[in-house]
Amino acid sequence: MKERERARWRCRRGLLELDIVLQRFMDKHYATLDEAGIRQFETLLDFPDTDLWHMIVQKDEDEGKAGLQPVLHLLQSI
Amino acid sequence: MRAALQLSEAGLKVAVLSKVFPTRSHTVAAQGGIAAALGNVTEDNWHWHMYDTVKGSDYLGDQDAIEFMCRQAGEVVYELEHYGMPFDRLENGKIYQRPFGGQSQNFGGAQATRSCAVADRTGHAMLHTLYQRNVRANTQFFVEWMALDLIRDEHGDVLGVSALDIETGEVMILQARATLFATGGGARIFSASTNAFINTGDGLAMAARAGVPLQDMEFWQFHPTGVYGAGILISEAVRGEGGYLLNKDGERFMERYAPHAKDLASRDVVSRAMTTEIKEGHGCGRDADHLLLKLDHLGADVIKARLPGIREIAIKFAHADPVREPIPVVPTAHYMMGGIPTNFHGQVVAPYKTGPEEVVQGFYAVGECACVSVHGANRLGTNSLLDILVFGRAAGNQIIEDLKRNSHHKHLPGDAADKALGRLARLDSQKDGENVSQVGDMLRKTMQTHCGVFRFADLLKQGVDKISEVAQRARNTEIRDKSRVFNTARVEALELDNLVEVAVATMVSAQARTESRGAHARDDFPHRDDDKWLKHTLYFSEDRRLDYKPVRLKPLTVESFPPKARTY
Ligand SMILES: Cc1cc2nc3c(=O)[nH]c(=O)nc-3n(C[C@H](O)[C@H](O)[C@H](O)COP(=O)(O)OP(=O)(O)OC[C@H]3O[C@@H](n4cnc5c(N)ncnc54)[C@H](O)[C@@H]3O)c2cc1C
Repeated sequence: MKERERARWRCRRGLLELDIVLQRFMDKHYATLDEAGIRQFETLLDFPDTDLWHMIVQKDEDEGKAGLQPVLHLLQSI
Repeated sequence: MRAALQLSEAGLKVAVLSKVFPTRSHTVAAQGGIAAALGNVTEDNWHWHMYDTVKGSDYLGDQDAIEFMCRQAGEVVYELEHYGMPFDRLENGKIYQRPFGGQSQNFGGAQATRSCAVADRTGHAMLHTLYQRNVRANTQFFVEWMALDLIRDEHGDVLGVSALDIETGEVMILQARATLFATGGGARIFSASTNAFINTGDGLAMAARAGVPLQDMEFWQFHPTGVYGAGILISEAVRGEGGYLLNKDGERFMERYAPHAKDLASRDVVSRAMTTEIKEGHGCGRDADHLLLKLDHLGADVIKARLPGIREIAIKFAHADPVREPIPVVPTAHYMMGGIPTNFHGQVVAPYKTGPEEVVQGFYAVGECACVSVHGANRLGTNSLLDILVFGRAAGNQIIEDLKRNSHHKHLPGDAADKALGRLARLDSQKDGENVSQVGDMLRKTMQTHCGVFRFADLLKQGVDKISEVAQRARNTEIRDKSRVFNTARVEALELDNLVEVAVATMVSAQARTESRGAHARDDFPHRDDDKWLKHTLYFSEDRRLDYKPVRLKPLTVESFPPKARTY
């Protein structure tokens, strides 16, 4: 029920750069996500901080990232 | 987690509470490394490290605690290595070390090479290593639990905490024979901060509300290069590689302030120079409120190869690609030297009974929230990861000893949870109240303007009034969402209460200290005054009273380092 609030709290991270990007994502994109998008976002939030940050800034076409599109792409574009 | 490990491995029952998943603690941001005089690259020994730390602290550090820390540094690093921390290696297989500001050989001689690292992921590796090890030792984690208030009985002994399970909204009492705070820093009291959002100084506020004083709160380290507007730290490595600062006239102004060290002078020196430039109208941008960090002259290849992380941050948060254009930067609040007063066994000490440093039974504090004090008026880079390891372990050992004597739980007073429940009830029933984020913004702006890098008598005086007004408004915050499950608005309102405690303590302590020492720089008192001020500040929240206690100048085994002028 409180999926959004739960996600919002999980956007609290140890890295300030993630705090900022994830907050912007919550404000700008979260409301537009469908069920699959929400699942992708939650999967991404489970990554350790440094890994998540590298996924966001290194825009390589890693195969492992395929299942996380389009949400990862949205995060990269912020 | 280091203390928890010690306890779990000794067979004790340990609960670790954390607002966020433990490996997402702010320690994850630490890239530079951890200091230990291993001497793997250049000759080194703990006594030199001790000298540097005492000098760096501007002689406000307690020399017994500093000796203790520097002596144990090697041991705790090797211990981490043994736990599986993947330190970078030299060709001969020994742990790689890199040089950092403030590290010297032979008591102020040539640069020493003292910081051990795991690439740019030292904090990350440390958290994961300790977390895994704790899981193996059966430490019980309470994830997304927020401690609200400390429970003390009529003797002042600490019996545990009240805490909120963020997921369900339930408030619980966690009764414990020993309670240890390792709640981290509180630099979110400033608008320009390198700290993550969770760093709201909760542990300090809980201690202060329970009558424990806060020590040396006027001392905050400002990092010279936080990204303008966002706060993210741009590491000294950029200036180490040859980057430098420019004012709006394109002048490399650090040459005027520190002719020798220039842009690589110590953090407080560079931050003060930058603030002076801005104050004198040489700042950049529409509001003339920041400076520029230029590195394009290093060439695209060097930047891409050696500073890729920095480039990504600049592009994302400053919309500037440093390969072509400079990064807008501003001095940014970074580290809190003050905190909950402890001795070097991690026991919280306060002048609440007969002596000035009486042990508060059952209460321990470690890390950035504690003030041992090893950092005094100014922390050296990579000394805080060392601090959390050494004193985490020491506190664990001390708890094991203390629990041998106190084998039973003490009687829990009937009103144990009242303080926390009262605050929640107030929040639930508040009508026509204040908006949490607006009051938070006002708090941060007040601290930034009135208690920043440079401190002025009139600004501090007004600052005390203004921050009192903020505190008053924070007492009437209102939240719209009154539900229980994952109510993040409620959590943020509770965090604001904590920020207020930290901010008021900082402003009041700063106004009173009429000298300049380490990170506390007064415009009206530009010099250090050892006759009057070689002492620690103690701030008491209930009546905003200040008290002072002497600095421990006597080390454990070696001769004292007497105060000298601090030049680099
Ligand atoms: C960008 C950056 C880079 C840095 N680099 C270095 C470096 O290279 N070397 C170095 O030595 N130092 C460095 N520092 C400083 C160092 O990282 C910190 O001082 C140190 O990590 C603090 O560790 P800690 O264990 O005290 O707190 P933290 O790691 O901040 O952990 C605090 C924990 O307490 C929990 N908590 C807080 N409040 C509550 C509550 N109310 N209820 C329940 N849980 C709570 C949090 O969830 C968290 O788990 C750096 C700091 C920054 C900002």
